[in-house]
Amino acid sequence: MTEKDKTKTTKEKASLAAKPESKLEEIQTKRERKTVLMQGNEAVAYGALDAGVDFFAGYPITPSTEIAEILAAELPKRNGAFIQMEDELASICAIIGASLAGAKALTATSGPGFSLMQEGIGFAKITETPCVVVDVQRVGPSTGMPTSPAQGDLMQSKWGSHGDSPAIVLYPDSVKESYELTIRAVNLSEKYRTCVILLLDEVIAHMREAVCLPDIANVRIINRIKPTVPPQWYKHYDENQKYLSPLASFGEGYRYHVTGLTHDSHGFPTNKPSEAAEMMERLRKKISYNIRDLVQIESYEMEDAKIAIFAAGITSRAAKAAIATARAEGIKVGLLRPLTIWPFPDDAVRKMLRNVDTVIVPELNQGQLIHEVQRLTKDKSDGGLIPINKVSGELITPNDILNKIKEVC
Amino acid sequence: MANIPQRIIHEYLRHDKKFPHVWCAGCSNGIVLGAIIRAIASLNIDRNDIVMVSGIGCSSRMPVYVDFNTLHTLHGRSIAFATGVKLHKPHLKVIVVTGDGDCAAIGGNHLIHAARRNIDLKVIMINNNIYGMTGGQCSPTTPHDAYATTAPYGNIEPDFNICNLAMGAGASFVARTTAFHVQEMQSMIKDALQHTGFSLIEVISACPVIYGRLNKKGGAPQMLKDFRDNSIPLSATEKLPPDKIEGKIIRGILRKEIRPEFTAEYSALCKKIQTAGGE
Ligand SMILES: Cc1ncc(C[n+]2csc(CCOP(=O)(O)OP(=O)(O)O)c2C)c(N)n1
Ligand code: SF4
Ligand SMILES: [Mg+2]
Repeated sequence: MTEKDKTKTTKEKASLAAKPESKLEEIQTKRERKTVLMQGNEAVAYGALDAGVDFFAGYPITPSTEIAEILAAELPKRNGAFIQMEDELASICAIIGASLAGAKALTATSGPGFSLMQEGIGFAKITETPCVVVDVQRVGPSTGMPTSPAQGDLMQSKWGSHGDSPAIVLYPDSVKESYELTIRAVNLSEKYRTCVILLLDEVIAHMREAVCLPDIANVRIINRIKPTVPPQWYKHYDENQKYLSPLASFGEGYRYHVTGLTHDSHGFPTNKPSEAAEMMERLRKKISYNIRDLVQIESYEMEDAKIAIFAAGITSRAAKAAIATARAEGIKVGLLRPLTIWPFPDDAVRKMLRNVDTVIVPELNQGQLIHEVQRLTKDKSDGGLIPINKVSGELITPNDILNKIKEVC
Repeated sequence: MANIPQRIIHEYLRHDKKFPHVWCAGCSNGIVLGAIIRAIASLNIDRNDIVMVSGIGCSSRMPVYVDFNTLHTLHGRSIAFATGVKLHKPHLKVIVVTGDGDCAAIGGNHLIHAARRNIDLKVIMINNNIYGMTGGQCSPTTPHDAYATTAPYGNIEPDFNICNLAMGAGASFVARTTAFHVQEMQSMIKDALQHTGFSLIEVISACPVIYGRLNKKGGAPQMLKDFRDNSIPLSATEKLPPDKIEGKIIRGILRKEIRPEFTAEYSALCKKIQTAGGE
C-alpha cells in the first residue's frame, strides 16, 4: 500500500466510524494523520485551547468571527466559558474580570472592535492582568472594507490605549505560526501579567494551509506564578525577579484591591509621585528587562544580502517569493521578519541591517513599520530606505517587491 | 439583624492607608456601605467569596475601603467586569456598586443585557441624580427642571426610571429604597444576596455638596428628611389615590421572581453536551 493509499484508508475509516461529533474530534483524528488543512482563525482557536484558554468573551466581527464560533462549540465541552457579550467594550472587560478570577482569557475582534477595546486594554496593562486580544486586521479607517486585508493597526496595537505603556504584540505570517503565536501570546500574558495582542492579517485568518500541529504533550504551557506567601504578606504588584510577580485569583483568600487608578505595590490608589513613578517604572521594566525573551525575528537569506526587505505578516510571504526570483537572477537580497513587532527588535534589526545598502519596507498601510526601521538605519544614505505601500484592499504582490528590488540594484 | 453590633463595620474595613475616605461630609455613600456590610455580616458569608466590583464615580470608590476581593474598574463597565468574574467562578458572590451615571448612562447597555441574561450579580445603584465625581453634570436620572452644571437653565430632558428599565430587561430582583431608610436598605440587600439571579437595588441618595447645593436642597439632614417625606412604600400605593402617588419615590421590592440564571444555565449546557458526547 502506498503512503497515499494509507491516508485514504484512514480517511475512509474515520468517515465510517461515526461522523466526528465536533470540530475537536475532527481535528484530533486529523492530528493522528499529522497534517491538517486549516484556516488561520481555526489555528488561533485551537492554539488558544491548547494553551489552556478557558474563557472567551467576544462580539462578532468579520474577519475574526470563526474564532468565536469555534470556541463557542469547544469551550463548553471542557468546562470552559464562552459568552457573546453585548459589545467589544464589554468583551474586553469580561475577559479581564475572568482572568482576575483565575481564567486564561482571550477575545478576538477586528479594527472597529479593537478601537472599542482600547480603554480596557489599558486597564489590563495598568492592573497587570493577563489576557489576550486577537485583532484580525481589515481595511480601515472606520468600517472600511471588512473582508479585505490591511496592516493598519500596527501602531494602534502599541499606542491605541491612552497614556503611556509598553505593549507586547505578536504577528504571524502563516496558519501554522498563527497556532504557535497564539500559544505564545497566552504564555507571555501569563508570564508578564499583561494584555498581549496577536495581530493577524485577514488573508491569513481566512487562508487554508496544510499544517502539522504538534501533540498537545509537546506544547509548552506557561501558567501565572501563584503566591506562596500567606495573604497578609501578599503584594499584588511585587518587584521580585525581573518584575514578574505572583498573582492570586479572587476567591483564594488574598482579598486584594484592583484599580485602574495609579496604585502602590498593594494595589491601593496613590497620588504620591514616588509611588506613581515606581508603578510606571515597573510596567516599563518588565518589558525592557526581558527583551531577549520577548523578541523573535526571522532572518531569511540575509548572510550576503545587500538589499534587505523588512516585512511582517502576509507581506513577508510576498517578499520571500520575490527574493527567490531575485536570487535566481543573482541579486543579493534577504528578508527580516519580526514575529514580535512590539517591543520592536531594535538590537537585532540594527545588527542585521548593518551591512546592507538598501532596506525596502512593504506594508499594507501608509507607512508604519518604516518609521521604526528609519530610526535604526540613520547611517544609510539618502534613498537607502524605500517604502512600498498599498491601502486599496489588495495585497502587495511578489512582483511589486521584485520591481522595487530591480529599481535599486 | 438588630443585634449585630455597630463595631461589625470596622471588622470589614481596610484600615491601613485607605482613610480618610474621599467622600464629602453628609454624603450618602457611607450609609450604603454600612448597610451592605451589615447585610453581609448578618448572612455570615465568607468574605473570601465576596467580590465587590465598581465603575467610576464617587459611589464607585466604595470597594477600596472594604476587606473583600475588590475591583474598581472603568466608567460604566462594572457589570461587564463582574460578568467575567461570575461566569468563571459562579460560586463567588459578586456585588456591583455603581452610580446613576455609571449604571444608566455610559453603562446602560451592560445593565440591560446582564438583566436579560439574569446573571446572578447584585447591583447596588446609588442614585444621587447627578454626576458627583466630575462636579455636578446632568445624569440620566437628573429630574426634569433640576439644575446641573451642564443644565444651568434647568434640565429639559425627562429622567430615567431605572427600576422599570431593569424589570423591562428581565431582572429577576428589583427594589428601590432611599438613604434615609437604612433598615429597609439592609434587608433588601440581604434579600438580594439570598436571591439567585440578576438583582438591582436602587438607593435614592443624597449628594448634598453638589446636587444639593445646585438645587438648594438645604443640606444632608434636610435631603434625608425629604426622602422620608417624599417616599411611600409599595404596599401603601394600592390604598392611595393617584394624586397622592404622583411624584413620590416608591420604595419596596418591585419584583422578585425565580427565573433561570445564566451561570446555572451555562453549567447545565456543559453537562448536557459532555454527557451527549460520551454516549
Ligand atoms: C470613559 C469615561 N468617561 C468619562 C469619565 C469621567 N467621569 C468620571 S465619574 C463620572 C460620572 C460619575 O457619575 P455617577 O456614576 O452618577 O457617580 P457619582 O459620582 O455620582 O457617585 C464621569 C462622567 C470617565 N472617568 N471615563
Ligand atoms: S460630590 Fe456628592 S456624591 Fe460625591 S462624595 Fe461629595 S457628596 Fe458624595
Ligand atoms: Mg451619581
